[in-house]
Amino acid sequence: MSTIAQKKGFGAVLWDYLTTVDHKKIAHLYLIAGGLFFIMGGIEAVLIRIQLAVPNNDFVSAGAFNEIITMHGTTMIFLAAMPLLFAFMNAVMPLQIGARDVAFPFVNALGFWLFFFGGLFLNLSWFLGGAPDAGWTSYASLSLHSKGHGIDFYVLGLQIAGLGTLIGGINFLVTIINMRAPGMTYMRMPLFTWTTFVASAMILFAFPPLTVGLTLMMFDRLFGANFFDVTMGGNTIIWEHLFWVFGHPEVYILILPAFGIFSEIFSTFSRKRLFGYSSMVFATVLIGFLGFMVWAHHMFTTGLGPVANAIFAVATMAIGVPTGIKIFNWLFTMWGGSVKFTTPMYYAFAFIPSFVMGGVTGVMVATAAADYQYHDTYFVVAHFHYVIVGGVVLALLAGTHYWWPKMFGTMLNETLGKITFWLFFIGFHLTFFIQHFLGLWGMPRRVFTFLPGQGLDAGNLISSVGAAFMSAGVMILLINIVVTQVKNVKVGNDPWGDGRTLEWAIASPPPYYNFKQLPLVRGLDAYWLEKMEGKKGMTPAEPIGDIHMPNSSFIPFMITLGLFIAAFGAMYHVNDKPWAIPLLIFGLAVTFGSMLVRSFKDDHGYHIHKEELTQDEKGAKA
Amino acid sequence: MQAEEKLTYETWPAAPERATLEAKNKFLGFWLFLGGETVLFSSLFATYLALKDKVPDTSQPLAKDLFELPLTLVATMLLLTSSLTSVYAMYHMKNFAFKKMMLWLGVTVLLGLGFLGLEVYEFNMYVHEGHKFTSSAFGSAFYSLVGFHGAHVTFGLGWILALMIRNYKRGLNLYNAPKFYVASLYWHFIDVVWVFIFTVVYLMGMVG
Ligand SMILES: [Cu+2]
Repeated sequence: MSTIAQKKGFGAVLWDYLTTVDHKKIAHLYLIAGGLFFIMGGIEAVLIRIQLAVPNNDFVSAGAFNEIITMHGTTMIFLAAMPLLFAFMNAVMPLQIGARDVAFPFVNALGFWLFFFGGLFLNLSWFLGGAPDAGWTSYASLSLHSKGHGIDFYVLGLQIAGLGTLIGGINFLVTIINMRAPGMTYMRMPLFTWTTFVASAMILFAFPPLTVGLTLMMFDRLFGANFFDVTMGGNTIIWEHLFWVFGHPEVYILILPAFGIFSEIFSTFSRKRLFGYSSMVFATVLIGFLGFMVWAHHMFTTGLGPVANAIFAVATMAIGVPTGIKIFNWLFTMWGGSVKFTTPMYYAFAFIPSFVMGGVTGVMVATAAADYQYHDTYFVVAHFHYVIVGGVVLALLAGTHYWWPKMFGTMLNETLGKITFWLFFIGFHLTFFIQHFLGLWGMPRRVFTFLPGQGLDAGNLISSVGAAFMSAGVMILLINIVVTQVKNVKVGNDPWGDGRTLEWAIASPPPYYNFKQLPLVRGLDAYWLEKMEGKKGMTPAEPIGDIHMPNSSFIPFMITLGLFIAAFGAMYHVNDKPWAIPLLIFGLAVTFGSMLVRSFKDDHGYHIHKEELTQDEKGAKA
Repeated sequence: MQAEEKLTYETWPAAPERATLEAKNKFLGFWLFLGGETVLFSSLFATYLALKDKVPDTSQPLAKDLFELPLTLVATMLLLTSSLTSVYAMYHMKNFAFKKMMLWLGVTVLLGLGFLGLEVYEFNMYVHEGHKFTSSAFGSAFYSLVGFHGAHVTFGLGWILALMIRNYKRGLNLYNAPKFYVASLYWHFIDVVWVFIFTVVYLMGMVG
């Protein structure tokens, strides 16, 4: 077997990706699927801004507007931001700890397919009678009364996708705990690995409440239960609690890996060790911990009482402390460094003021008494877009440029990259800065239109113009990607020249077994240390030997397909379709049957023999 | 150590459930999974406590009208004993005594089936007393919490049976030992959850 890419037909490539268990290929799948959903969510955002560009607009109907805002939020959080972060986690984290793969390659593939089919199911709602329309939070008092199957698509689609995220999180945790290379102690792990670790732990404890919430909602809507139906003794607030017990940690699940990406970029392009590494690790863990005890700040106006509101308000503000630690550490990393302004560094530099603004408004909305004024206005919309776009999306764009060479072996064009940055950055502030004021001037969230002459016209138009800038930025990025891949100029191990962590010590893209010999890690920024001592690469920690590899498998696809089919059965069962229950049973049978096949068929993987590894090296030199 | 190796009583390691890297990963991953399951059941418990005795009208039975100690006590004893027998099974697994392990796993499965039978009987009884999944929020919460546990028991039984059938002819090796071990961990977890259900739902339900 050779690592040199052989020309393969389309069918062979497709089959390869359908059955792959290689973390690098799964990363490609996450990036492509997450990217497509990001574009869909972006189109929905543009539709929202067109509708709100002028007063009394009738570009879309009120009902369609509700569907669009719901799908925009749900898609961006669950189907774009999460999987795109998972793409980088998959592509980079195992390399950063010097591992040959993740702990459970099979589960890794299963996680991707669950996410993908969940997202597909959710988006099929557009063609099958209408999308969910109760907002991305889908509060029970709204969603129980929503007609059609929109909410059912939301409930079942997110359930399937959420399962994928959960097992993905467990997989990353075990990988980081068990698979680190010799010498890679916890306090030598790169920050992106650390944030992946903490975010995965948060996934493990935050997703089960969502699973339960979605199950209860499914029971209420499809199987006649009464959890949220007040006339039958139910309580609609239970959904709010379950949703936010998940929902708030979810925000940190998104932002912590984003912090990790920026930490890598700051340190790489300041050509300096990350300032305050241990305090960064400490702050990451602390944020992860505090993130679980603040959920009720989304429910200040629900009426939990002044004591509960006060406790949750103070806890929320406390998160500002570790976040502040991080901000100063990034600033001090650049201080005295030899800063190189590459495209990723542009994003990192712009991220600091953007995210700090989101943090400041965060403390404002955390003030329970004042929140009665901000609640459900555009002020809140502005706040969370400043943290999610100003934090997470900037990190995703930065990460795309930074790790593109490692994932695909080619370098994105720097000029186009900077154009993307400027368009996106200007567009972002144009869109959302004014929304703070729109909110303070009294514009409520989730309204499909507004009347002229109330002082909201100019602000909304400015906001819509900003959306056009952001769209243009994303289009330039797509052009950049196409141009780069068509030119296909291959790059070496360390194309930025300043790589510090282990992923830059091996080829771009890495061979399918990653490390021929596991590297010996002698400190933080392991690769940088070796370079500073004049060595070309890592010192191996083992002689060349046989490498154990997992087999590809089609079973993850089948397990997921079964759930996908079962979801249709569960959904149409309320319409008294005679085929619904049989379809549900058939789908579950496919899922459990596939699991049984997996259990019964031994899968020991295979070995790459040491002779092949040495031959590969000769082949590459020739 | 390799997973495929043929081993004897003498070469069998002290902790076969963690002897290979795959096994170590499985062991840790499953513990983490149980952490997630704990949060899952906590959410269901919280929902149950919020909706306990919440019924639309006075004609509906409440917790104190429904639950009877003898029946649930027998069910509890069956499940607790099955946890003990699965410990015996793992003891023999560590001693490379395959036949004895299979025997105790078989006893575990029988006890689990007994528990499940009693649960079906119990649910059926409640439905006849007017306490249904669809009749009140209390009913929905009760059947969801206890039913989720019941579904876990069913899955656990299927899992252990599948492992027993698959490995009936080939005995123990380092590939299947972690599988048996993890399945028994799962079984213990189900048992612990039941102890909480017994306390929170039944005992606290009977005192009102
Ligand atoms: Cu929050």
